[in-house]
Amino acid sequence: MKSLMLTVTMVATFLSTYAQSDKFTAAMQKSLAMLDSAKTTQDLTTVSNAFERIGDAEKTQWLPYYYAALALTNSGWADPAVDKDKNAEKIAALLDKAEAIEKNAELYTIRNMSATQQMLVNPQERWQTYGQQASSALQAGMKLDPNNPRLYYLQGMSLFNRPQQFGGGKDVAKPVFEKAEQLFKAEQPKPLYPHWGQKQTEDMLEKCK
Amino acid sequence: MKRSLTILITFFLTITYLKAQVSISGKVKDNRGKPIIGASITLKDTYDGATSDSLGNFKFTTTEKGNFLISITSLGYFSFEQNVHIDKLPIVYNVSLKEQLDELKAVTVTAGAFAAGDSKRSAVLSSLDVATTGGANADITAALKTLPGAQQVGEQEGLFVRGGAGYETKQFIDGTLVNNPYYTSVPDISTRGRFSPFLFKGTVFSTGGYSAQYGEALSSALILESIDLPEKSAANAAISPLFLGAGLQELSKNKQSSWGVNYGYTNLVAYFSIVKQTPDYFKMPEFHNGDANFRIKTKHGGIIKYYTTFSYSKLGLRRPDIDSLDLKDAFGLTNTNWYNNLSYRENLGRGWKMNLGAGYSYNKDDISQQLQDQNNQPVILQGKPWYYTKSYAVVNNQQLTQLKAVFDKKLGGISHFRFGAEDWYAVNKSTYNDTLRKLTDNLVSAFAETDIYVTNNLAANIGARFEYSSLINKSNLAPRVSLAYKVGKGAQVSAAYGVFYQKAENQQLFFTNSLGYTRATHYIVNYQKMVAERILRVEAYYKKYDALVKTIPVNYYYAYYNNNGSGYAKGIELFWRDKKTFKNFDYWVSYSYLDTKRNYLNFPGEMTPNFAANHTASLVTKRFFTSIKTGFNFTYSFATGRPYYNLMYNSGNNKYVMADHGTTKNYNSLGFSMNYVPSVGKPNAKTFIVLVASITNVLGYNAVYGYNYSYNGLNKEPVIPPAKRFYFVGVFLSWGVDRTQDAINNNL
Repeated sequence: MKSLMLTVTMVATFLSTYAQSDKFTAAMQKSLAMLDSAKTTQDLTTVSNAFERIGDAEKTQWLPYYYAALALTNSGWADPAVDKDKNAEKIAALLDKAEAIEKNAELYTIRNMSATQQMLVNPQERWQTYGQQASSALQAGMKLDPNNPRLYYLQGMSLFNRPQQFGGGKDVAKPVFEKAEQLFKAEQPKPLYPHWGQKQTEDMLEKCK
Repeated sequence: MKRSLTILITFFLTITYLKAQVSISGKVKDNRGKPIIGASITLKDTYDGATSDSLGNFKFTTTEKGNFLISITSLGYFSFEQNVHIDKLPIVYNVSLKEQLDELKAVTVTAGAFAAGDSKRSAVLSSLDVATTGGANADITAALKTLPGAQQVGEQEGLFVRGGAGYETKQFIDGTLVNNPYYTSVPDISTRGRFSPFLFKGTVFSTGGYSAQYGEALSSALILESIDLPEKSAANAAISPLFLGAGLQELSKNKQSSWGVNYGYTNLVAYFSIVKQTPDYFKMPEFHNGDANFRIKTKHGGIIKYYTTFSYSKLGLRRPDIDSLDLKDAFGLTNTNWYNNLSYRENLGRGWKMNLGAGYSYNKDDISQQLQDQNNQPVILQGKPWYYTKSYAVVNNQQLTQLKAVFDKKLGGISHFRFGAEDWYAVNKSTYNDTLRKLTDNLVSAFAETDIYVTNNLAANIGARFEYSSLINKSNLAPRVSLAYKVGKGAQVSAAYGVFYQKAENQQLFFTNSLGYTRATHYIVNYQKMVAERILRVEAYYKKYDALVKTIPVNYYYAYYNNNGSGYAKGIELFWRDKKTFKNFDYWVSYSYLDTKRNYLNFPGEMTPNFAANHTASLVTKRFFTSIKTGFNFTYSFATGRPYYNLMYNSGNNKYVMADHGTTKNYNSLGFSMNYVPSVGKPNAKTFIVLVASITNVLGYNAVYGYNYSYNGLNKEPVIPPAKRFYFVGVFLSWGVDRTQDAINNNL
């Protein structure tokens, strides 16, 4: 009887945690599907808010904040009307929350993109501040995880888009994309973890030919 | 086990679905009733929530039951939070969020002020733009002359703003007055400013209506803010046929402090031997300049900055005398200048900030003026009244010690209250031949002002300034008011009103201390639209001058002064800058219309002063070609002719009379500079090189700034620049810190 009680308690505990994490997984999967299908800035804001709610409710998961920030970064790339400075402010707030839970290289990929978007508002004048921020985000990320393929993809992008005279160009970018591709092939992302970038890297390698 | 688990999960899930769903919906608006798009609605500690759509509407359902907190947030607005009990009934929220006041988003008063700086707040010109305008040769004043409001005066240094004389513009570094911002005047030649534009991170060129923090300037204030810590340690050198320089800037390992020293030597002997000058230089201009600085960050985000510069220079030049065919005028100058500025900025907590400043400056001009014969030997003449104006020795010695304290308290939101006081203790000595004159003045000022933000779209600045001068034993109280209202995206209207006082000039006060303050009243309206790399500014103003100094003759040699002068200036100014339309091409256009007259000094009546042109315009262009690593910059300036007068003393009625007058021809000037930056594209380069070449007045236009008259009025000679063009070539080297981007951005 005693052992039965114990078993029941154990099962119940297990079930409730399982159910809890299952609820998290389900919500994350649903939001990730939304992220994949989001088309407009409004869609992306909606999905970002959804991720942020999950993060706020969970309190110990950095992934929801990461995706909340990623969604905003996506709108920053896609929509010229988005105020990049305001967007960056929101992204930074989300990443700060994520970083308080776990400091990792993935978060720096977003910091890099967000700073790059701010820089592109006016490259000539903002290069020194935001260009600097973007490249130091890459460096900080690589320090934490030297094998993160997305960091190499982003580094490749920055080189690819930089004029040749400033030390950029496709010849310089190509080896970096190649390294990224290698790392992507070796990467085995955990469920729900970021895994974007491989397709983009392959596309870029195509352009570098 | 697995099977039962699946059943159990299914069971749980089913239960979840069976739970009754409650809908929560509503609308989010701002305080003016406009929908807020993208606001996040959250049922705290659950996953449930929504995002408001383009009409501000939202709707979601929840299966939760019980007491929760609902929050509605949107960036730039105060959040809304409320306890909610969820049971069975649908819940509706209609919420209006209050806008957060945001210093970066809020309007700022732009009437009268051209802010230039690298701060996040959008600036009209970046401070590096100021440094790198074609033909300006990295002189702050020359670059600012391409902005509306300033005159193209080439025969004297200074900024002549809106009908004001050069001395009506004052310069301030980190809040304290700069007594001698330019190299000492040479007759009919304008001199450069003493300070390199690279010393400053921010510049505000106010052409009127400025804050109560600044005084003793009737027309304009040039407010310079020095840089904080450098990014890296660096060594630099400059090599040119005109000068040699070297410097060091050291940043401490913890990046909390830095120090630096620079030295430069300028000698124009080689240059003048190649490029002939109209005056005969018997002493080639030679300058020694040294400066040093330290900067220390404090624990609470404050900073202590010290900057000192020392310079010693000599020059001598000769020109034909205007009153006699066979004589020459020789002018010699030896200048010693020492400037010190110590400032301390600190956050005191609880919304309080403190700015302390101290300054000491010393300037000595040893000037000799001599009539010489064809063999350059001194000549003494008897019975010629004009001889005494051409043969003398004068030593001017100016010392200024100042202290300034400003306290700033942040009120609710982003409104501020600011107050402070300053003390200028000035000792001026002038020894004319053997006569010593001395002035000691203690000028005490106090000021208070408040920036009030009613909303992000409406701001007011109200202030007043009190001054007391011990020398003239008089005080004044000057009110200042300005308003800004945002009228659309990036567009705003602002207005400013202010009363400005300035003591008479030392040359006048040496003879009498019964002169009161001169006074100007400014009325300014401004419209500015700034959208995506384009700026349009239109400004109209009216300025009234009162109590200007008037010269009342006693005889040819002597006169006394009173405050019976007056005048006005009014005009319209336009500014357009566009970095967007043409890729990699940046240009700005400015135009000023000025109508001004005054009756002051020896003017027989109300007349347009000889430094005022009716129409002034500039076009500045900048283009960098990355393929050849070279930038090209052009500046074209135009001004209509300025009036000139021959005002003579008439002993018959003991008055000044206008013996002759006219208008000079129009002024045109095309300045050019280019810079080649070979280290572009070598990110790992250790040495950064910038090659600069520039020419002023490329088209070789013969400028006439005015006319000088002989004593009898029969001989009239044009005032022309000492050479048609000024050429410059130089190499700037830097080690340790990448200046490449600076060079690209700024096109020195």
